Amino acid sequence: MMGEWEPNIIVIACNWCTYQAADLAGSLRYPYPTTVKIIRVPCSGRVEPEFIIETLRNADGVLIGGCHPGDCHYKEGNYKAARRFKLIQKMLVEMGIEPERVRLEWISGSEGLRFAEVMREFDAKIRELGPLRW
Amino acid sequence: MSKIKLAIYLSAGCAGCEMALVDLSEKLIDALENIEIVWWTPTVVDLKYKDLENLEDKSIDVALVDGAVRLSEQEHVIKILRQKTKVLVAFGACAAMGGVPGLANFHKREELLETAYINTWSTDNPDGVLPQTEYDVNGSKLTLPEFYGEVKALHQVVDVDYFIGGCPPHHDHVAVAVEAIIKGELPPKGSWITSGKSVCDSCRRNPAQKGEIRKPIEKVRRTIEGTPDEECLLQQGYLCLGPVTQGDCGGSCPQVNIPCRGCGGPVAGKDFGARAVGALASLMTDEAVDEMLEKIPSLGKFLYRYSLPVSLINRKK
Ligand code: SF4
Ligand code: SF4
Ligand code: SF4
Repeated sequence: MMGEWEPNIIVIACNWCTYQAADLAGSLRYPYPTTVKIIRVPCSGRVEPEFIIETLRNADGVLIGGCHPGDCHYKEGNYKAARRFKLIQKMLVEMGIEPERVRLEWISGSEGLRFAEVMREFDAKIRELGPLRW
Repeated sequence: MSKIKLAIYLSAGCAGCEMALVDLSEKLIDALENIEIVWWTPTVVDLKYKDLENLEDKSIDVALVDGAVRLSEQEHVIKILRQKTKVLVAFGACAAMGGVPGLANFHKREELLETAYINTWSTDNPDGVLPQTEYDVNGSKLTLPEFYGEVKALHQVVDVDYFIGGCPPHHDHVAVAVEAIIKGELPPKGSWITSGKSVCDSCRRNPAQKGEIRKPIEKVRRTIEGTPDEECLLQQGYLCLGPVTQGDCGGSCPQVNIPCRGCGGPVAGKDFGARAVGALASLMTDEAVDEMLEKIPSLGKFLYRYSLPVSLINRKK
């Protein structure tokens, strides 16, 4: 049976900050949409542009989460992520994909509430945009 | 030893790849002792579909196809060629990755036809007639191949045994490949015939060759902005894609002050453009990234110049 469309949202979260924030959101029982699936990576700098594009082939939105500037466990992985992200986003726009479908956020390990808020907001945005059709 | 039966077919390409074969000059003449050319159409011999169709299945030993696939006719010939051939090689950037014609995938079919047949200043077409696949003239039917909605690389249409990069492949590399084919010393099916090295590896500008450490890229320069000096082009801000490109050309472009544009194909990975972003952004400062976004009119076209049809997002959505 085909139900109503539900977004498929993938969050690629760095182990040291955003993933910890997701964990905290869970422990503190801050609700966020079940459309969000999290993939844990060692560092946002580990997120190769290829991962983002590959993910978008099966998802409606991708969010990369890393540590706040200056807080990267590996010193500058998140700066690298930010530079790559800018370029990839420009390329996706040229490919006809709405830039809002990809998002980069710095969420620290203590920001459980913020994690849940960002997820709700992102879910709403993707619902507004509708399915990413290939 | 009986001669190797060779076929060459120009699909949606420019014949530059075939020129690279001719550039083998004496080497090609030597190779002809071992090779019999059974089909070199349309560039050299005017053979018809039926000449190819009449050959026995798998009677051609090696077929080189250069050019991408854009028309129904090309798909038709390539499919017959596949049936008649033991080893099918995607020869050059267009066949292996879609190449420059593949950039058309940034536009819709209608957009391309309108530009070509209606909007160019030299076009006189008041009725806005576009190419038809069939047209009736006094009871006889004239036909034209269908113009597909997208450009494809060869392996997106038929099974391909080997890939050779380059736009066109460097003639020294062609010589190596032809020799490997004659001797039957080929890598596993489905591979690229390549040294596996990057352009930087063979580039005399490479800082590593002088024992130096790469400097970060602090500014971005287009090729029209001045003449580069002897050091690595990328370090000077010329956006050279040598680090992520297969270097079977021996670094031809950087040798003559031109940054590599990636015609050799990706060193690794599925998506050349994404790989290039990964490599460039890791070497650039934040300011240089902003400058790049400002100076390059289309980042997508710049980074997928030869590989859009085989990239993960292979046409404009
Ligand atoms: S790869 Fe380059 S040289 Fe070869 S057919 Fe295509 S455009 Fe021409
Ligand atoms: S980046 Fe370009 S110029 Fe620099 S070493 Fe590599 S191929 Fe040569
Ligand atoms: S340097 Fe790059 S663009 Fe130039 S021939 Fe070699 S692979 Fe192709």
